Amino acid sequence: MAGPKLKPEELASKIKYSLPPKGWMDQPVEFKEGTFSYSGNPKNIEYMDLPNPRKWQPTDPDWKLPENWKEIILEGLKDRLHRFRSLQIFMDICVRCGACADKCHFFIGSGDPKNMPVMRAELLRAVYRNDFALAGKIFGRFAGARELTLDVVKEWFYYFYQCTQCRRCSVFCPYGIDTAEITLLVRELLSLVGVNIDWIVTPVANSFRTGNHLGIQPHGFKDSIDFAVDELESITGVRVEAPINKKGAEILFITPSADYFGSPHYYTLLGYLALFHEIGLDYTWSTYASEGGNFGSFISHDLMKSLNAKMYAEAKRLGVKWILGGECGHMWRVVHQYMNTLNGPADFLEEPVSPITGTRFENARSTKMVHICEFTADLIKNGKIRLDKGRNDNRRVTFHDSCNPARALGLIEEPRYLIRNSCNYFFEMPENTIREQTFCCGSGAGLGTDENLEMRMRGGLPRANAVKFVKEEHGVNFLGCICAIDKATLPPLMEYWVGGVEVGGVHELVGNALIMNGEKERTTDLRGEPFHIEGNWNAR
Amino acid sequence: MSVTAMLQELLIRKKSAIVDKWVKIFLGYYPAESLKFLASQKDRFANPVGYTISSSAGAIFDELIGDSESSMTEALLKDVVRIRAVQEFSPSQAVRFVFDLKGVIRNEIRKEIDWIDCRDELEVLESRIDNLALIAFDSYMESRERLFRIRIDEVKARSSEAAAENGGVQNDSHVKRNG
Repeated sequence: MAGPKLKPEELASKIKYSLPPKGWMDQPVEFKEGTFSYSGNPKNIEYMDLPNPRKWQPTDPDWKLPENWKEIILEGLKDRLHRFRSLQIFMDICVRCGACADKCHFFIGSGDPKNMPVMRAELLRAVYRNDFALAGKIFGRFAGARELTLDVVKEWFYYFYQCTQCRRCSVFCPYGIDTAEITLLVRELLSLVGVNIDWIVTPVANSFRTGNHLGIQPHGFKDSIDFAVDELESITGVRVEAPINKKGAEILFITPSADYFGSPHYYTLLGYLALFHEIGLDYTWSTYASEGGNFGSFISHDLMKSLNAKMYAEAKRLGVKWILGGECGHMWRVVHQYMNTLNGPADFLEEPVSPITGTRFENARSTKMVHICEFTADLIKNGKIRLDKGRNDNRRVTFHDSCNPARALGLIEEPRYLIRNSCNYFFEMPENTIREQTFCCGSGAGLGTDENLEMRMRGGLPRANAVKFVKEEHGVNFLGCICAIDKATLPPLMEYWVGGVEVGGVHELVGNALIMNGEKERTTDLRGEPFHIEGNWNAR
Repeated sequence: MSVTAMLQELLIRKKSAIVDKWVKIFLGYYPAESLKFLASQKDRFANPVGYTISSSAGAIFDELIGDSESSMTEALLKDVVRIRAVQEFSPSQAVRFVFDLKGVIRNEIRKEIDWIDCRDELEVLESRIDNLALIAFDSYMESRERLFRIRIDEVKARSSEAAAENGGVQNDSHVKRNG
């Protein structure tokens, strides 16, 4: 026997829980199941003509990078520093004031210091200093410089895929450093050597081929919409029309594919269909612009441009006047911040004017694309639709500001206006967790995979914590939001942290409350649930 | 069996020191660079991890040394363990904080133990802490099982989505998918 036997408490006392006393540059990443996403399918990498398609996983010791991987990344960085003045400024301007440090939901939920936005950016900045800044070249580590090694590449992959590009940190940065841009550019650099995740690459390839993430072809798309029309009729007794690829329609409607294939998104789709019918909107769906989401925007400017192009292309082909956009998150960041220069100017379209109210959406003059919350709020403001708030009395609602509409588009009051006009019971979460300070769902920017679930729960903790508070204070049982990724990933987040809170879109609530001409006597909402629940909080 | 009056009185007097040290040890498991934030940010929405442990520790301690049996401790422990169960900890690390309380209490009342001759009562108290550890272990497993169940549901949803995509079949139970 080697050594004396130790009692359990003596053994336990020998376990050290603190991190090894090494600097942050010397702590290589350990890939633990549940905290990272699987690599991109080589078939789809090849399909998109992206570099280095091969089978590999982050847990493999050898990532099978090209021989000259270092040269490729450094050349890529040099090129981007030249092309994007913003990147050069973000690299040089940060004074490490720490304002962003405690604002990231992943840092708050994990306590991992490399999730402080300043620290995450430092992972790139250190390499920038080493190879592109004079002080770093001369003084090396003393000037915060660090050589690009394989361990650094792995660390980049781990931490830049722990950023949801939500931009909460940017709200607090006195210089306005946009961390989402930094994350996008590092992911672009990683992509140059074939380091991607499948949850992004496969939807991108599908979107490129068929227009939407699921690879649904035109006949499948039509089946889905037809099915929804039938279902809406069985609920309301009203048969609506849902024109597809209708040339000469006034408006093209584009929304996330999840709206016609996912749950609980689907109830929002029913809401759109009911609303458009009720106001007699001359609009059309497109089988190719059948996706609002743009996963290309998570990893590359070029892919973002390629996937975004279909919006204007379809608007032109169908000969519409302007575009109406559904409840989507990052679509609105792409539309509002990039589309006009990526694929515009869309001078073949007109400045959007509501055909129902005559309201001119001057704010959309450049992109020619209007958010549906703004469009519907204008309908309500002008008294063009009738709403029975009592039809949402089974819901005690709170609203999660989806990151991109709130911070990239500034769409903050409109969804609240819709909820207040559709529901009797609406309760705000605490001020520092909503509006422009909203906490991310923790699963955006491609991170919503099942294999990454543990990390998603960490990142979603601050949001869930605020929902739990309003549930306990006000009996909230419904979390409204206007983003398809939210609708997919907030339900599991609620299930883990809160319990008893359903998730759904704002236009689901509007659809529930909407009084339709010729409707049958209604007793249930769009989910088929009774308007009033006996014995619930509202009945007290 | 409750803790005797004399030990109870002593522990009430020492509560603040004991709870503070316990929380400090708890937060000490996180990286040093994050410690300041976790310990000093008092806003419960800006710092849910720090707030949950700081606000729960005192209440758990009160119930531990009190006479009443209540389920509040269980709920508070669950809140703490649910956080630890998805963070960068092994199972033993995740629940170890409960056992830490024994050491903290013994250290704090070391001098008084002989003086008031309360070794037997301390054993009672420590077996109550062991019970807390069992509750924490149950909570940890419940959290992990919930996590796995959620993951299975997501995988199942994706399979039916793939079936729908390949066969063009519309499924009544609509599937989950990012948009």
